[in-house]
Amino acid sequence: MRRFSICGAFSKVTPPVLELSEVGFHWPGRTRFALSLSNFTVDKGETVLLLGESGSGKSTLLSLICGTILPHKGTVRVAGTDITMLSGGARDRFRAEQIGVIFQQFNLLPFGTVADNILLPLRFAPDRRKRAGDAKAAAAALCEQLGLPADVFAAKANALSVGQQQRVAVARALIGRPPLIIADEPTSALDANSQIAFLDLLFQQASANDTSLLMVSHDPRLAERFDRVVRMEDIAQITRAAA
Amino acid sequence: MILRLAIASLFARALTVGMTILAIALSVALYLGVEKVRTGAKSSFADTISGTDLIVGARSGSVQLLLYSVFRIGNATNNVTWQSYQDIAARSDVEWIVPISLGDSHRQFRVMGTTQDFFEHYKFRQGRSLGLAQGVIMDDLFDTVIGADVATTLGYNVDDPIVVAHGLASFTEHKDQPFRVSGILAKTGTPVDRTVIVSLEAIEAIHVDWQSGAQIPGQSTPADVIRMMELTPKAVTAALVGVDSPLQTFALQRAINEYPEEPLLAILPGVALQELWGIVGIAETALLAVSAMVVVTALIGMMATIFSSLNERRREMAIFRAMGAKPMTILSLLVLEAMLMAAIGAVLGLAFLYVGLMIAQPVLDSAFGLWLPIDAPTMREAIVILAVIGAGAIVSLFPALRAYRMSLADGMMVKT
Repeated sequence: MRRFSICGAFSKVTPPVLELSEVGFHWPGRTRFALSLSNFTVDKGETVLLLGESGSGKSTLLSLICGTILPHKGTVRVAGTDITMLSGGARDRFRAEQIGVIFQQFNLLPFGTVADNILLPLRFAPDRRKRAGDAKAAAAALCEQLGLPADVFAAKANALSVGQQQRVAVARALIGRPPLIIADEPTSALDANSQIAFLDLLFQQASANDTSLLMVSHDPRLAERFDRVVRMEDIAQITRAAA
Repeated sequence: MILRLAIASLFARALTVGMTILAIALSVALYLGVEKVRTGAKSSFADTISGTDLIVGARSGSVQLLLYSVFRIGNATNNVTWQSYQDIAARSDVEWIVPISLGDSHRQFRVMGTTQDFFEHYKFRQGRSLGLAQGVIMDDLFDTVIGADVATTLGYNVDDPIVVAHGLASFTEHKDQPFRVSGILAKTGTPVDRTVIVSLEAIEAIHVDWQSGAQIPGQSTPADVIRMMELTPKAVTAALVGVDSPLQTFALQRAINEYPEEPLLAILPGVALQELWGIVGIAETALLAVSAMVVVTALIGMMATIFSSLNERRREMAIFRAMGAKPMTILSLLVLEAMLMAAIGAVLGLAFLYVGLMIAQPVLDSAFGLWLPIDAPTMREAIVILAVIGAGAIVSLFPALRAYRMSLADGMMVKT
């Protein structure tokens, strides 16, 4: 009985934002690359650094979490929903609703304005749009918090510096407060000083929005700022046919 | 928002997109231009003769009668006797009748004998009358009025003497009776431009010393003797007839066709013109088909540019995907872009057409007598534009489907 009550107590804790279990995936076709992963979770509000060299399967793992590719076995739970059970269209919508994505670089549509870029995910996520309230005002507020000058809002994205573009990407990931932000080496295009400033802003905004952050990098120097550091080789097994 | 981004994306690739649009615009302008010339030529053709209710000639085919009486192409197989002509002229339902006598030529131009009524009753292009550019209508036996092309080709002015040859492409000339140019007609765009008009009596006069198509040896009647002679023709080639009321046209046509004394044929010019157009109109249709192929080529060019842009736009598609766009959204984005390009191209093509028309209209009218009206775009043009947009959408499906498959396979991580 007591054990059950303990379990009950645990279940009151918010479920993890991200939970992968017994996942197996291999790319179709000639590349004999396969990934298997027994268990990986990210809790609500947690910041996790996923360390891995290039070719360690990081990108594949991120695609699995985002639901642009489907595992051949296992479950991928994002905010409590097993996205492997969703249809393709529903997964796309789900991604738009629940996950903010920041790439290494070239995050923005160069021909769109900053405002267009920040508001783009809301176009595919009606619930997130509702959460954002007045979307334009929310976007402007995010820009201000991220230290972007007010006049960039209407500027074309390709007129911005790389550092500014990455901050716009953060604003886009944060708008409408998705529970999870995935960042794929967002600092690799920045110089050392900008990296620190960028991470400060990212952490500050993630905690202000109570958003979990999963960041992928090959750079272990970033480790100390995160709640938890996970090495790719510790959680996932990669097999590839000898070339 | 997606539409705005699509437009912004097109602007970002302004040069290639602009070239593609220009190609589509030019091809659409060409197609619509050919279509315009085709309908213009058709109506110009149909406008060769108007206001005439019936054309009467010896019995043959209706197209043949039309060809020789109006277009001066080919020859009459037989004539209408003066007696029959007068019988018809005397009918109460005939408002007016103009005789036409053909068979002689001046250089490469046909000579037509007729009466002064011809200038009053021959109408073209919806009721326009012949006008004189210079001089006056003939009033002497040896006066002629020449068409605009005759004057420009041969360099004739008013009061120049001309000699009429007997028969067509003939070397025997009626040298005894030189004519004088009394007037030059304004350009009409009809076969009248290439005609030398003399009085009906003049045709008789130049044949006074001729028998069975050959000059009587040694005989040469002086002009002033001829003036004294009785010059009533024995026959005419054809006659243009106007009736009092359009309702009587068919009754008169039947009466002439059943004329007991002589086998005659009366035709409705409009019907015969349509019949003739059915024969010559095939070339126009072929031209139209060729210009339609040019439009197709321009659209395939657009498909090629979309295909070649796909690789450099992988990043853009990955961003769309990461933000939650379905592969279907990416497909429709590309189709939308193509439709925008096709639409802009087609509308621009229409604009080119109107600019071209405004420049070419007076030139075409004076040089070829081809009148192209500048009207508001019709249903037909709207259909062409819609068809181009639709075809653009269909053509763009091929690269769009490729992008669809690429965005499924790439996911959102593009290895750059």
